Amino acid sequence: MRKSLLVAGVALALMAGPASAQNKTIKIGFVSTFSGPTAVIGNDMRNAFELALDHMGRKMGGIPVEVIYEDDGQKPEVGKQKTQKLIESDKVDFISGYIWSNVVLASVKPIVDSKTFLIVANAGASELAGKQCSPYVFSTSWTNDQNPRAVAEYMNKKGIKTVYMIGPNYAAGKENLGGMAAAFRGKVVGEDYTTWPSQLDFSAELAKAKAANPGAIYTFYPGAAGVQFLNQYEQAGLKGKIPLYTTFTIDSLSLPRQKDAAVGVIGALQWGADLKNDANKKFVSDFEAKFKTEPSFYAAQSYDAANLIASAVAAVKGNLKDKAAVQKALEKANFKSVRGAFKFDTDHYPIQNFYMQEVVKNGDKYTLKTIATAIENSRNVHVGDCPMK
Amino acid sequence: MTSLFFEQCLNGLQFGLLLFLLAAGLTLVFGIMDLVNLAHGSLYMVGAYFAATFAAWTNSFVLGAVMALIATLVVGMVVEVVVMRRMYGRDHLDHVLATFGLILFFDELVRLIWGPGGLSLPLPSWLNRPVQILPGFQYSGYRLSIIVVSLAVAVFLYVLVMRTRIGMLIRAGAANREMVGALGVNIKLLFTLVFGLGAALAGLAGLMQAPILTVQIGMGENILILAFVITVIGGIGSIRGAFIAAIMVGFIDTLGRAYFPEILRSFLSKDVAATAAPALSSMLIYLLMAIVLIARPEGLFPAVRK
Repeated sequence: MRKSLLVAGVALALMAGPASAQNKTIKIGFVSTFSGPTAVIGNDMRNAFELALDHMGRKMGGIPVEVIYEDDGQKPEVGKQKTQKLIESDKVDFISGYIWSNVVLASVKPIVDSKTFLIVANAGASELAGKQCSPYVFSTSWTNDQNPRAVAEYMNKKGIKTVYMIGPNYAAGKENLGGMAAAFRGKVVGEDYTTWPSQLDFSAELAKAKAANPGAIYTFYPGAAGVQFLNQYEQAGLKGKIPLYTTFTIDSLSLPRQKDAAVGVIGALQWGADLKNDANKKFVSDFEAKFKTEPSFYAAQSYDAANLIASAVAAVKGNLKDKAAVQKALEKANFKSVRGAFKFDTDHYPIQNFYMQEVVKNGDKYTLKTIATAIENSRNVHVGDCPMK
Repeated sequence: MTSLFFEQCLNGLQFGLLLFLLAAGLTLVFGIMDLVNLAHGSLYMVGAYFAATFAAWTNSFVLGAVMALIATLVVGMVVEVVVMRRMYGRDHLDHVLATFGLILFFDELVRLIWGPGGLSLPLPSWLNRPVQILPGFQYSGYRLSIIVVSLAVAVFLYVLVMRTRIGMLIRAGAANREMVGALGVNIKLLFTLVFGLGAALAGLAGLMQAPILTVQIGMGENILILAFVITVIGGIGSIRGAFIAAIMVGFIDTLGRAYFPEILRSFLSKDVAATAAPALSSMLIYLLMAIVLIARPEGLFPAVRK
């Protein structure tokens, strides 16, 4: 009995360790979708995050890193639960991931309340850039309306006079189409929202768009819905008649299934696999070597998220207790982003370039080709609503 | 304007007929075998995966579709023999649990075999272009061919159920299962056949829908809800009921989506209408179901029950 007490005592003493401010391990929670039809996106993000850790020897600032991946099943309530679990029982130092705006919005409160740092790697809910901005929330992506604004600028330059918009009826869908409507200088002749994510058939909406005969059709359908939309767009006889502009509808995950239906379709992103900077070249070639597929923008943003966290951990020398110092270090964005250099705005969202990309076919391979710079140093429009200055 | 309305009607008809294929199998199995089969959507998915695989092997859409149909029929019969046979005479809750387990099983199996990314089933060029039906009016050639094939299947089912000996047994089974068995009919074989037929119908719906939608894990789950609604509206066990209910649901869904936003916009603000319209138009189907259930709790065309 006495012996076992002694052992327990020694064990406890060992666990407490020497009184040091430095973390023994860096714990990162990563919430994304790893089941269901959009699991391909989550897997791609996880692959990129893992690749980033490999590149840094699985250590940040010399301290070993542990990542806990959680599946949100694309459901806000599940995402919130998993987030709470990561904070309360795993006691993570950072949380990253989040594909979906509605999931991150449901999950953000426990993160901010516990003063855990959140690095959003995709979801572009504009509230988090505006009114609900927080010292603890950072993003390596964009706000939902930012990319469509870039597309709208490009369409303005092309002299397109009318547009018909079709998109999903949820937070991101409305913000996305809203961004197009706000920045497009011509006339929006039609606007349809479809039940998300259950509606699969867009025949009624496409028939209306065809009858309206606009100068362009604009759409936003992430994941498999984007494949369906392009299939139906072609079958309805619209391809080649009315040009299609998109955001987040075509990426390297959906292209192998969209194939010819996607050729010639144009979208806007802050990153492309063909961007020529050293960080990106290394990322793309190592990703392709390891996972035998081209990385998507989801992957690029996740890779950046891991590097952003690492840059902050190194800057504070692993002392994560000093929240203000960690925040300052994150704000510097002192790492080589695969999109090229960028700065954080006062709301912790990137000020970055947006590029137009067109789907091209090389032999039997389909890729997104950067064709133009849409906007340089784009700031999101919500930064004014953010109390942080 | 009239041509747009005509096009929306065709869209509604096409969607309705596709739902009919799915609901027909469901209603047969439910009505005759008294079996709640949640895994019907999995067979729909399996049909689509088979078609995408076989079409890629044979380089022929039609050949791939035919092979997929046969393969799904076989899968259905195997599932009946291995799993369903143990479920007869048990509680509906047991059916729900067992077939829900089957959904998970099929989803994982498909993930193991084909990976999580999904497949695509490209159309041959002769199907992938619009055709001129009336002067100045074009419609998707593929959707038109879905209408034609589905109508042909509906006729085939009508003849099978109303004019053949198997059909007679199916109808008798729907009306009174025990009595059919007592009269010396090999009810086991009949059940295997019916389940296989239902699976093949689901597979046909899946493979025809595949080029319009995508081939992916869980693709049957959303659409299965609609198939259940149709089964309930049409009357459990009634093919005729399923046919009429499916067309109604197809029309209501499509026309609702097409015209509801404009109607709402006439008396609501633009933003409110844009948000409310998709929510309300997807509710219309359930509204129809509620009304039918109040007026005719047995459905529109109930199979004659003891």
